[in-house]
Amino acid sequence: MTSSLRLRAGLVSIALLAAFLGIWYLATRSTASVATMSPEYAKLMGLTATQGKSAMPGPLDVGAKLWEHLKRPFYDNGPNDKGLGIQLAYSIARVGTGYLMAVLVAIPLGFLIGMSPLLSRALDPFIQVLKPISPLAWMPLALYTIKDSSISAIFVIFICSIWPMLLNTVFGVASVRKEWINVARTLEVGTIRRAFTVILPAAAPTILTGMRISIGIAWLVIVAAEMLVGGTGIGYFVWNEWNNLSITNVIIAILLIGIVGMLLDQILARFTRMVTFPE
Amino acid sequence: MTDKFISIEGIAKRYPGSGGATTTIFENLWLSMARGEFACVIGHSGCGKTTVLNILAGLDAPSEGAVIVDGQAISGTSLDRAVIFQSHALLPWRTVLGNVAYAVSSKWRSWDRAKVKTHTQTFIDLVGLTGSEHKRPSELSGGMKQRVGIARALSITPKMMLMDEPFSALDALTRGTLQDEVRRICLQTGQTAFMITHDVDEAIYLADKIFLMTNGPGAMLAEVVENPLPRDRARTDLHRHPLYYALRNHIIDFLVTRSKTFVAEQPDHDPRNVPTVHIGKPGLTIASGSEEQQRQIRTPGTNPGLSA
Ligand SMILES: Nc1ncnc2c1ncn2[C@@H]1O[C@H](COP(=O)(O)OP(=O)(O)OP(=O)(O)O)[C@@H](O)[C@H]1O
Ligand SMILES: [Mg+2]
Repeated sequence: MTSSLRLRAGLVSIALLAAFLGIWYLATRSTASVATMSPEYAKLMGLTATQGKSAMPGPLDVGAKLWEHLKRPFYDNGPNDKGLGIQLAYSIARVGTGYLMAVLVAIPLGFLIGMSPLLSRALDPFIQVLKPISPLAWMPLALYTIKDSSISAIFVIFICSIWPMLLNTVFGVASVRKEWINVARTLEVGTIRRAFTVILPAAAPTILTGMRISIGIAWLVIVAAEMLVGGTGIGYFVWNEWNNLSITNVIIAILLIGIVGMLLDQILARFTRMVTFPE
Repeated sequence: MTDKFISIEGIAKRYPGSGGATTTIFENLWLSMARGEFACVIGHSGCGKTTVLNILAGLDAPSEGAVIVDGQAISGTSLDRAVIFQSHALLPWRTVLGNVAYAVSSKWRSWDRAKVKTHTQTFIDLVGLTGSEHKRPSELSGGMKQRVGIARALSITPKMMLMDEPFSALDALTRGTLQDEVRRICLQTGQTAFMITHDVDEAIYLADKIFLMTNGPGAMLAEVVENPLPRDRARTDLHRHPLYYALRNHIIDFLVTRSKTFVAEQPDHDPRNVPTVHIGKPGLTIASGSEEQQRQIRTPGTNPGLSA
C-alpha cells in the first residue's frame, strides 16, 4: 500500500519535472524571425537579435553546460574562473566553520541559560534584541573590525546560526519533564551527571531541531554574504556570472545551491531522528 | 511504636492562588511512622497525598514544618528513600534494563558494568519482566511500566519505600503478585513503607496502619486506623478474618461520607494528636492525645457516617 503510494508519487514527480522541462524548452525555443542588419550592429546585439535566439537559455543549453562543469569541477584558472566544485567547497567550508563555532557557543550557553532561571531572565532582553537582526547587517561591522572578508563571512554565518540553536537549547533544557529530573534527584545524581544522563538526552530532539533550522539559515545567508564580500564561493560565482551575463551558469548555480541545501538538511534530519525517542 | 523513624511535624503546603491569594492544600499535618512499619494513605483525588509523599521524598519542600527521618530533619532527596512515581517516570530513551541500571549505577558508583547488569537483572526478573529487558518504555503496557518503576525502586535496596499508587494500572492478577512481592520484600528487608492507594483491599492487605485524609482544600489527617489483621496474613483469606468487614466498612464509610463532613463535624480535632482507631477493640484505644480524644474513637456502627 505504502510502496504503491511511493511509486505513484515518484511517477507524478517525474511527470511534473518533464512538464516543467517541456514548457521551459518551448518558451525559450528560437523564434524564426531574423532581422536584417549590418554585420557590425549584429555583432553588438549578439545572438538574441541575429538568430532570434531567446536570451533565456533553454534546458538543453543548461544541461550541456552542467555536463561541462561536472566533467571538470575543480579546475582553477585564476580568481574569476574556478570550477564549481571549488566554489561550492569554499562556501561549505565557510558555513561549516561558522556553524561549528555557533554550535560550540550556543549549546553550552543554552544549557546554562536553560538550567538557571536567573540567567534566563537576565539574558532574555539581549537575545530578543539580537535575534531579529538580519545577519547581513553585521557585515560592515565585521569587515571593519575583522578586516578579512573571508573571516567576516564566517562571522556572519556564526551570528545567523547561533540564535535558533541557542533558543531551542534553552527551551529544550528548560522544558525537560520534571518527573525525569525528579528521578535523578531521588537517585542523588550530581548536577554534571544529571546534565549528561537526563537533560541532554531529553532535550536532544529540540536541540537538533534548532541545529537543523540553523544550517538552513546559514546556507541561505552564505550566498548573500559571498555576493557582498566577493572573491570565492558559490555566492560570488552567481554574482560573477551575472556580471558576465551568463544566465546559464546562474541557473546551474541556483540548482546546485538547492541540492547542497537539501543535503545539509537531510544530514541534520538524520541526526534528529537518531536522538528522537518515542514517548 | 516507641521509636519514630519518620516524623512529619506540622507541615503545610500552600500555592499562590489567583489574585494574590494563597491556596492551602493542607496545613499543620502531623504524622509518624515506626521503623519497619507499612503505612497506607487513603483519601480522595486532589487532597494532597502526592504532595505529602513528595515532601517525604525531599522532592518538594513544605511551606511550613519539617520532616524528621531517623532523628534528622531532611533537606533533600536521598538514596535511602526510594520513590515509585504515580506517573512511572521512566526515561523513554533508555530500555527497561537501562532504566533500572541507571538507578543501580547511581547507588553503587564503583560497580563495573557486569556487576550492575547482574544486579539489575535480578530485580527485572523479580517483577516478571524477564525477556523485555531491551524494550523501551514506549513499547510497554501501563502495567509493565509500573513494574519497571517498582524494580527501579527496589533495586537500590532503600531503607524506605515511598509509593504513589504503584499498582493502579495493573490487572488484578499482576497486582496480586506484585503486592505479595512488595510485602515480602518489605518484611524481609525491614523496609518502612509509605504507600498511597485508592484500593481499600490493597490497604488492608499491606498496611499496618492506614492514614485517612479528608477532602481538600485544607485537607486534614482525620484518623489513623490500626490494622487488626495478624501480620502473617495471606491475601486469599483476608475476608475470612472476623474484623475484615468491620475494617473495610469503616474505611469505605470514611471515603463515602465522612471525608467530606469530617472538618465540620469535628471542630475540636487536634491535628497534632490524630485519634487512632482500633477496629473491634473500642476500649483499648491508645491515642497519643488527651483523654478527651481517646473518647472520640469511632467503631463501626456507631459513627454518624454509617447511619447515613
Ligand atoms: N504546582 C501547583 N500549583 C498549584 N496547585 C497545585 C500544584 N501542584 C498540586 N496542586 C494542588 O494540590 C492539590 C493536591 O495535589 P496532589 O497531587 O497531592 O493530590 P493527590 O492527593 O495525590 O491526588 P490523586 O489521588 O489524584 O493523585 C491538588 O488540588 C492540586 O490542584
Ligand atoms: Mg497523587
